[in-house]
Amino acid sequence: MEEIAASLQLAASLIIGADAKLYGIVALSLSVSLAATLIACIVGMPAGAWLAVGRFPGRRALIVLFNGLMGLPPVVVGLLVYLLLSRAGPLGSFGLLFTPAAMVIAQAVLVTPIVAALTRQAIADAWLEYREQLRSLGASRPRAAATLLWDGRFSLTTSALAGFGRAIAEVGAVIIVGGNIDGVTRVMTTTIALETSKGDLPLALALGAILIAVVLALNTAAYFFRNWAARRWG
Amino acid sequence: MSAWLRLDGLDLVEQGHAIIRAVSLEFAAGRTLILGPNGAGKSTLLRLIHGLLKPSGGGVSWADPLRQAMVFQRPVMLRTTVFKNVLYGLKIAGVDGSERERRTHEALERVGLAPLAKRPARVLSGGEQQRVALARAWALEPQLLFLDEPTASLDPASSREVERIINDFADAGTRLLMTTHNLGQARRLADEIVYLDAGRVLEQTPAAEFFRQPRTAQAAAFIHEELP
Amino acid sequence: MRPIRHLLLAACAFALQAAAADNFITVASTTSTEQSGLFGHLLPIFEKLSGIQVRVVALGTGQALDLARRGDADVVFVHDAAAEEKFIAAGYGIGRAEVMYNDFVLVGPRDDPARVAGGRDITAALKKIEAARSPFVSRGDRSGTHAAELRLWQLAGIDLDRVKGSWYRDAGAGMGPALNTAAAMNAYILADRGTWLAFRNRQNLAIAVAGDRRLFNQYGVMLVNPAKHPHVKQEAGQKFIAWVISAAGQQAIADYRIGGEQLFFPNAKK
Repeated sequence: MEEIAASLQLAASLIIGADAKLYGIVALSLSVSLAATLIACIVGMPAGAWLAVGRFPGRRALIVLFNGLMGLPPVVVGLLVYLLLSRAGPLGSFGLLFTPAAMVIAQAVLVTPIVAALTRQAIADAWLEYREQLRSLGASRPRAAATLLWDGRFSLTTSALAGFGRAIAEVGAVIIVGGNIDGVTRVMTTTIALETSKGDLPLALALGAILIAVVLALNTAAYFFRNWAARRWG
Repeated sequence: MSAWLRLDGLDLVEQGHAIIRAVSLEFAAGRTLILGPNGAGKSTLLRLIHGLLKPSGGGVSWADPLRQAMVFQRPVMLRTTVFKNVLYGLKIAGVDGSERERRTHEALERVGLAPLAKRPARVLSGGEQQRVALARAWALEPQLLFLDEPTASLDPASSREVERIINDFADAGTRLLMTTHNLGQARRLADEIVYLDAGRVLEQTPAAEFFRQPRTAQAAAFIHEELP
Repeated sequence: MRPIRHLLLAACAFALQAAAADNFITVASTTSTEQSGLFGHLLPIFEKLSGIQVRVVALGTGQALDLARRGDADVVFVHDAAAEEKFIAAGYGIGRAEVMYNDFVLVGPRDDPARVAGGRDITAALKKIEAARSPFVSRGDRSGTHAAELRLWQLAGIDLDRVKGSWYRDAGAGMGPALNTAAAMNAYILADRGTWLAFRNRQNLAIAVAGDRRLFNQYGVMLVNPAKHPHVKQEAGQKFIAWVISAAGQQAIADYRIGGEQLFFPNAKK
């Protein structure tokens, strides 16, 4: 109990004191996970919509596959991306290993199936409601998918947020492909892991508190946003 | 008006159940209303003709291809403004930019919703949403309009509004193919009645004659039940 | 949409800047070295006078050498002479130089169930621990510390495979986590002095045995062989190595203290 109280105090003093290193770590965490989520949305949302609306052989198998990939262990993704980006690997010449770019790639791989699977579910539900009218108007399947994506933009924020939550909370992938390099690829989760392994638990807990606060803040904002959207747009 | 549509032995079987059985009809009237008890297959027949469902057997033959539109019992609105909902249909139909806007404005005027053009469509009342759906159909300038129980979910005032607009369609030359439970409405709107029961067409009769004295006993019983 | 665009640009800028900072070398080192805080003290000095950013990836010795073998590092800075020699013999490393040493300490519960506290003979202590079957935590992770620990058991004449039991706990972890485990279990553990001094979760543990010459831990630095990996930053890497064994670098190492205590003892050959 005392440890938790001590860490919350430490957290407050770090935040209020605008500790530059801390802010740097938080900023890096946010930018890596946001960039990864953005990529995951750009790739995963159209894919999810197409899975919901399209008709093609193997569609059912793909749906099962994406649902399964939601449970990809981050550390496995980290290992696979590491093997790809290592100098000894196929993409080694790009020199991406141990850079924030590598972390973005790994998290994007991790999060895309989540965004795609959740999008598919949301769009499939909407398709039930809109299907006849859209087909009556002559909308092709790709057109319908695009329309439903835009129409469902508010509920899709839930999918995006779920993806982001996964990204910012994971440590297995970023620690392998990023190397937890001080000042370069050290993010909130890897710092927590490092401080814990050093036995500096109050600092680790302090960072954990900040991480939770960030995620809670985002979720709260999203909640009010969706509420506003439902009242405004129906 | 010469026959613009012929159905030959149309069948629809779903999961072992025959929903539409050997329907053979010729349509030459301007306003055809399809009546029948619940589960007769009226909505299904409409969807088969419009192309939303594929028949298990038989054929649908058009004399000339007709521009079609459909209005459903529950209006389907996109999460955007009234204006953009109507515009959407025109976009899909491939209508040009400025022509799209012109037709949208005109359609909204026609249904009396011009003041609400910028409102989000989904927060409107049921009656207003149905008028948006009609405006969307109007803007497409359809030669054939399908209506599936368009006023079933509406209050009397909205129903009257909707009927007025349906009349406008017919007056403008659009053929109507409509289902309803409201016999008074059928009386007001129809040229001809198609009576459907358990997936079969039992009669196809000019409206005035049908309401005076239907040709079949089942239809007569039906009218007797339904009329207040 | 605008805030999203701004965020995206910031993210891209950040990522590009970090990757494009061309003037850097990647050093594969060990978790115990990193966690001792030495790099935090040493690297800023080097970076200031050379303009070269040093990026340390901290892993276990085995993993660090594996990383270097794949060409994902420019310089290796570890403390397992045997493994380093093997690395060089296989052609992956060149220009090895001795840099410094620190020592291991045997840490254990204050109530000292095996009666080893205050001793200076590590093999005697290990024999007593095994005889008493007092809980002992091992790193078990192919690290330099783990290799040293295994060598000491051998020196003590104890065949671990024969006497292993529930008293010998294989943590499979880095120094910090293994210390956490030992603290929680009230067990003995061999730790490098640096990590021990920086460790904040000691609970009931204290140094039991120290000062035995056999506990000294030699660090070596070498360049990853450019013949095997042409992309290795040879010039910058060699600058770093040269500085670390220079008088200035060696003094910087000696200056590093925790709680007033010196951790690493420079011993580069003059």
